[in-house]
Amino acid sequence: MNEANDLAGAVASEPADGAASGQVRPEAVPPDDRPGAGRRAARRREGTEPPLRHRIITVSLLTVAAIYFLTPVYWLVVSSTKSSSDLFGTFGFWFHDPHPLDYLHRVLTYDDGIYVRWFANSLMYAGVGALAATLLSAAAGYALAKFRFPGREGIFNVILAGVLIPGTALALPLYLLFSEIGLANTYWAVLIPSIVSPFGVYLCRIYAAAAVPDSLLEAARIDGAGEARIFSTLGLRLMTPALVTVFLFQFVHIWNNFFLPLVMLSDSDLYPIQLGLTSWQGYADRQPELYQYTVGGAFLSVLPLMVLMGVLQRYWRTGLTEGSVKA
Amino acid sequence: MRRVSKAPRRLTRTEARSARAASGFLLPFLALFLLCFIAPIGYALYESLLKVERTGPLGLGGETKQVWAGLSNYAHALEDDRFTAGFGRVLLFGAVQIPLMIAFATALALLLDAASARWVGFFRTAFFLPYGVPGVIASILWGFLYVPGISPLVEMADSMGWDVDFLGRGAVLWSIANIVTWQFTGYNMLVLIAQLKAVPGELYEAARIDGANAWQVARHIKLPLIRPALVLTTVFSLIGTLQLFAEPKVLKPLSNSIDSGYTPNLAAYNEAFTSNNQHIAAAEAVLLALVACVLSFGFLRLVGQRGKDGDNG
Repeated sequence: MNEANDLAGAVASEPADGAASGQVRPEAVPPDDRPGAGRRAARRREGTEPPLRHRIITVSLLTVAAIYFLTPVYWLVVSSTKSSSDLFGTFGFWFHDPHPLDYLHRVLTYDDGIYVRWFANSLMYAGVGALAATLLSAAAGYALAKFRFPGREGIFNVILAGVLIPGTALALPLYLLFSEIGLANTYWAVLIPSIVSPFGVYLCRIYAAAAVPDSLLEAARIDGAGEARIFSTLGLRLMTPALVTVFLFQFVHIWNNFFLPLVMLSDSDLYPIQLGLTSWQGYADRQPELYQYTVGGAFLSVLPLMVLMGVLQRYWRTGLTEGSVKA
Repeated sequence: MRRVSKAPRRLTRTEARSARAASGFLLPFLALFLLCFIAPIGYALYESLLKVERTGPLGLGGETKQVWAGLSNYAHALEDDRFTAGFGRVLLFGAVQIPLMIAFATALALLLDAASARWVGFFRTAFFLPYGVPGVIASILWGFLYVPGISPLVEMADSMGWDVDFLGRGAVLWSIANIVTWQFTGYNMLVLIAQLKAVPGELYEAARIDGANAWQVARHIKLPLIRPALVLTTVFSLIGTLQLFAEPKVLKPLSNSIDSGYTPNLAAYNEAFTSNNQHIAAAEAVLLALVACVLSFGFLRLVGQRGKDGDNG
């Protein structure tokens, strides 16, 4: 499976390479997080400060891009403060008679508070699913990194191939299978597939190989600790940064997944938020206030992930190229 | 006790203990992997080879049973103009959207890498934010920005005398491309930035001493070094493109130009849930997975080959 190995190389540099580049790079703190003035002064001393013209062009281009990415979000914020008639009747990029709390309250209480239920479902699917996925991936990745046994590489390659199989091509057969065994239209139908993360296993294996020293495991074994205990006290602790990454990725993945719940669930009480909002949107032709609720509901649903994004991007480097470097 | 295994090579005692412990850690994952990855593929293959046959007078009786169909479901799917048109459509989509998005993400990554530190944090967060918006929400959002009567964009274009129709026959595919680009450029950019950060600073130092300007450094040092990340983001985009579903599904009620077979996934979904034709849906899902695998492995092989040639040269 050369291809799969190529992919492996692409996702994370080999532990040795990663460690090397980690040593070469002098600053332990990402340069981005340092105060700009200090960095600029340093650059000026070194004579590498880019000319002013370059900086103006760079910032202008970045600003144009930022406008593109932020405009829809801005529209959403403005529109969540409008009534349905104002949504259609007033200019979309400016406020008109804003009643944000009033409208959001109506979103939350419409149809006996079904929105709150969807929100809770989403949190449950993503929270429980990501937690279980992280633990399973950690155990599997640890086993693949720290034990030698026949078939190890074969198993790993099959799991890696799983990363390349399109999720929605699986969802439909999975539905047929689950309805055969009576699991369709239950919480389990969405939860069970969500806790299998081949990418998580991959990441945990790479990380465990670099961050959990064999000598430490040997020492623990000589002290008479069982394998389960060694894993739960030493392995999990040393792998924490990778586990945080796996958890966050899987959380976002489950939260954003639309196709799987769509095929699996028919009972709207089990819906996650995305599914609920599309059902509102579908009825909006007949019930115009649902336009407003769809917009308000979308606004509310985006908030927690926006916060999570702020946290997540910090872990990005740890997760993707340097997962193996820093313990 | 010694004869633990009948494998050709006898396991040493440490290996056997290792295997026993490892299986305890691996089994929970492997069991579910089997249930959620291997079994569905097998089941879809099996289902795709069957068809429903009605018995009774004139084939109208209540009795139905599954019979062997051979490859007729595949033939049916491939002869269905709408299904093949959907495949063609996503391939065209991918051929245009993926290079544009990757180029956009690369440009942003290089710009951020070169920008002064004060702004980087804000821009990086702003670009990455859309990744936190689920595809459905992004499509609902952009849907509102496309529909005449509600969209401030259409209104602004109108006031300047432009007649735009984001949801028309020719435009809607590219309106979907815009949604996907909006969502995933920041994600890809962060992957590329991560790889850029791993480039040893000495390389730039050496290049600068040799008199290379910023553009030359980007072109001849940074781009070749982030090649693995470019390959990765391209493959993931390829897989994502073939799965296009949420965007056309959400925009469908807004646009007459999106039919039930607009993308292969939409076709399979409608085959299973609207037409109640799960055998054909299974065949279409298998075809989809097959094409996805062929394309991503093919692409990896292609760039792998070229990489080796480059190293030799």
